[in-house]
This record gives sequence, structure tokens and C-alpha cells, in this order.
Amino acid sequence: MEGRWTRLALRAWAALILLFLFTPIVLIFVYAFNTSNIQSWPIPGFTLKWFTSTWDDPDIRRALSLSLQVGLGATVLALVLGSCAAFAIHRMTWFGREFVSLMFVLPLALPGIVTGIALNAAFSFGGISLSTLTIVVGHTTFCIVVVYNNVLARLRRTQGSLVEAAMDLGANGFQVFRDITLPLISTAVVAGAMLAFALSFDEVIVTTFTAGAQNTLPLWIFGAIRLGQRLPEVNVVVSFVILVTIVPVILAARLTGGGGAARVPAAR
Amino acid sequence: MTSGSPRGPRSRDDASIAIQAAGRPRSKKGGAAGLQAFFWRLPWLRPLLLLTPPLAWFVVVYFASLVVLLITAFWTTNPFTTQVVQYWNTDNFLRIVNEPTYHTIVGRTVFMAAAVTVTDAVLAFPFAYFMARVASRRVQTLLFAAVLLPLWASYLARVYAWILIFNHSGVLNWSLQLIGLPPANIGYTNIAMWIVFSYIWLPFMIIPTYAALERVPESLIEAAADLGARRWRTVRDVVLPLALPGVAAGSIFTFSLTLGDYITPILVGGAGSSLIGNVVYDNVGIANNIPFAAAMAMIPVGIMAIYLLVAQRLGAFEAL
Repeated sequence: MEGRWTRLALRAWAALILLFLFTPIVLIFVYAFNTSNIQSWPIPGFTLKWFTSTWDDPDIRRALSLSLQVGLGATVLALVLGSCAAFAIHRMTWFGREFVSLMFVLPLALPGIVTGIALNAAFSFGGISLSTLTIVVGHTTFCIVVVYNNVLARLRRTQGSLVEAAMDLGANGFQVFRDITLPLISTAVVAGAMLAFALSFDEVIVTTFTAGAQNTLPLWIFGAIRLGQRLPEVNVVVSFVILVTIVPVILAARLTGGGGAARVPAAR
Repeated sequence: MTSGSPRGPRSRDDASIAIQAAGRPRSKKGGAAGLQAFFWRLPWLRPLLLLTPPLAWFVVVYFASLVVLLITAFWTTNPFTTQVVQYWNTDNFLRIVNEPTYHTIVGRTVFMAAAVTVTDAVLAFPFAYFMARVASRRVQTLLFAAVLLPLWASYLARVYAWILIFNHSGVLNWSLQLIGLPPANIGYTNIAMWIVFSYIWLPFMIIPTYAALERVPESLIEAAADLGARRWRTVRDVVLPLALPGVAAGSIFTFSLTLGDYITPILVGGAGSSLIGNVVYDNVGIANNIPFAAAMAMIPVGIMAIYLLVAQRLGAFEAL
């Protein structure tokens, strides 16, 4: 129904929006190779020296190691809890299922600062000192929904007749799970896990309130940008974090046929 | 009841007996079959066992924390030791109500969240419309991926990119100079904050809007055309009302995320850019007054509760 000029205008608008979305991201990667330690445009030349200085920095290494630990811990916990919830809700027909779904989305739908300060107040109330474990607890809480949504969506699309056929052929519950259910949902589980990891690896708001004196990689970046220090290294670290957060999304999209990463638009 | 009716009312019991019979000799060797029969007889037990750990996690970790947050808001701190004193009072809330500084901050936050939401809706709608109704299948998939990538790409990285762009000798001023315009120094202002927020949350608006536009049936548009509606009339009276739940769903994210943010105001905002999130952040970190921070955090919760009610009226939850 659109006329030729309308189509042309819409096409131009789409191109401008894409330019708006991607220019800043591309720029970050260019700045990572900046020869000067002054962040001005255009950059005077290309170098790899900041990559080595970043890799050799003990603070950054410690932050990276903590981020990886937290990411893995939160992913494993979210994987177990989210899958359990998805299996339970998939089998249920009772009125509470909408409520349960809403509950899992809540940490992402409410402003992150509310989750952060609530956990902080609770830890301080319970006399629990902030540590790696408290960061993992915080991250798990908002990562569960990613796994839950992915696994539940896949369970809804798989046919119950396959499970019934296996049972008719004499498979017991464990065999059905191992040979039928698990292969059918495995890619959704992996996709959910990768997205949960990406979510955790980049999180800064809840982390601020649960980390205490430790720095995760995003906390290190935040501190450095805020003070305007070590910006050449910031460029490198930030490029790296973009890659770590984007690659799982591309893989997850391939595993789930595009839907996986879109299922959590509330991801941040 | 004759034995020839397999779907008769007794067939369940028959099957149960058959399973018990079959299970009995096996259950002597291993517990697996017996356990299976046990679960089969109590069909509600397995979902319940599966749901207990995640449910317990949410109740113990999340809801308990929210309750503690609410309670803490009614406590106070000892001004000398900064220890939390469990003395019930409403001083924190009175302080928010009575001090004009906080009125300004709450007003600024809500205004900023609204401005960002409107900006994103205006930017996203034509783009989503192009994706859903003009682009070919292949382009549609590519555009979808192109929106998802910035959505997931590191939040801090994207804020930082704008610091580089707004920088005095950054890309913005370089581009302005190129086309012969004077430099614009909008870094560290509310305008910078507005641009960065709009940039960061834009994908959250595009995706639900696109999803809603995709679902508008072609037949309705044809019907409108058959009834003599011109192109813009069809968009205004058919497409726009049907896309509204999608826009409302997107606005939940753009509004809520702006409401609770404190990173962007710190990094790209200036002296007069504090939002509610900054007050909370400063009171946890520097002032170490958790009860006051908790009271302040109740404001976005309250605003979001009202916002979600309105969004639900607009059908946003079906479009999520």
C-alpha cells in the first residue's frame, strides 16, 4: 500500500537508524588501536601496544578473573533453577503459571537499582559481608529468566507424542529424559546459558551494590571512565567486553533460530 | 463395565494396576521403576519438586530482600556511627517530601524518562514499520539481528562511546567542522544524557513495536483500502491503534530503565543531571545511609507500579 516515495523515505530512515545504532560501536573498536593516549578524532595512527599493556595489567586481570568466576557461577545456578522452573511450568495447567512467569521477569522489569539496593539492604540486615558469593547471588536472580524463557519456549514447541512413543516402546523416565527430551531441548539450554553469561559478564548496576571492595570488569571500566584514567586500556577492555557480549547472542540466535536472544528484550 | 471399552472410566485404574503389576517384580531389583510408578500415581508431585528450588530462591533471595528494603526505608541511621538503627519512623519519607532538592530530582527523572520514551517511540516506529511491512524476508531477518546486537552489546561500552563522540575534539565536532558549522559542546549536559539514554534503550522500543506491526493482518489494511481510506488514513486509524500495545510494551523498558539508571548521569551528565538513581547510589556509597537510599528507591517502584497499570490498560502485557 506504500507509495514509491514513502518506501524511499522509510528506507532512508532505516539506514539512518542503523547508522545511529552502529557508529558508536564501530568507533570503540577503532579507538582501541589509537596510537595516541589522547582520545581525539581522527586518531593519528594504528597500534597494538595497548593490547599488551592491558593484558599485563594486574588490576584488569584480577577483574577479568572475577567476572569469569561470577559469570560461570551465576550461569550454572541459573541453568539449574531456570530449567527446573521451565519443566515444572510446562507440565502445569494451574492458574499460578502466569504469576510464576511474571515473578521471574520482575528483577529485569523493575529498575536494576531496586534489585541492587534491595539485595544490599538484605545482606546488611542479615550481617552477610559482600563477597564473590553475594555477586553470584545477585546475578543468578536476574539470569534465571533468560534460561527459563528459552527452555520453556522450546518445550512448548516440542511434540509430546515423541515422549509418549518412547514410553510406549518401554523407555523409563530417565531414558526418556536422556534420549528424547534432552536432545530436543539441548540447544535451547545452551542458548539460555550463553545469554545468561553475557548478561552477567556486562552487568554493572546490581554488581555495584553486591560487590563490596572487589572489582568485576564492568566495575573496573566504570571506575576508570569516571576518573578519566587509563583510557587507552579502557578502549581495549571495552572492545573485548562488546565481543564477549555479542558472540553468545549470535551463537544463541543460530541455535534457537533467531528467537532466543529476542525473547528477553528486558535483558538489561 | 465391560473389558472391551479401553476409554471407560475404569481404564485409569486398570492402567495403574497394570503398571503396579509390571513394576512389582522390577522394583525388587532397583528403585527406578518403583519411583517412576510412585510419580505416576502422584502427577502433581514432580512439577512441585521441580518448582520448589527456583521458587525458594526467589522467595528467600528476592522477595525477602524487597521486604527488607521496604522495612529499612522506615528505619534510620546513627549520624555518628552511620550504623542502621532499627527505630521505626517516617523521617526518610518526610525528608524527601520536604526538601525541594528531591522534588527537582524526581521531576527531572520522570521528565527525562518520558522524553526518552517519546524520542524512542518516534525513532522506532518508522523503522519497525519498514522492517515489518516494506522490507523483504531476508532484509527483515538481517535488520532484526542488527537491532539485537546493540541491545546485547555491553551497556558501559555504548555509554563510553558517546563520551568519545561528545568529546571536545571528538567525532561530533569533527563532523560539524567538516560541514562548516561551529563546534557544539553538549558533553556533560542534560542534552547529552537525553541522547545517550535514547540511544541505549532504542532497541527495546524497536523489537516490541516491530512484533506488533508484524501481527497486523494484511486483510484489515486491504479492507480499509476497499472502504476508501487513503494511505495515511489507514496508518492512522488501522495500523497505529493495532501497534499501540507494542509501543506501550517497549515504553515499559525505556521508561523503567531510565528511571533506575545512575551510570549514564554520572558518566555523560553534568552538575545538574542527578537522577533518583544517583541519590540512591550516593547514599549507599558515600553517605552510607541505607535507610534513606531505601526510601528513595521506593519512588521508582511506586512510579513503575502506576506505569504498569496504565500500560496494562493499553494491552502492553499481551505484546511483551
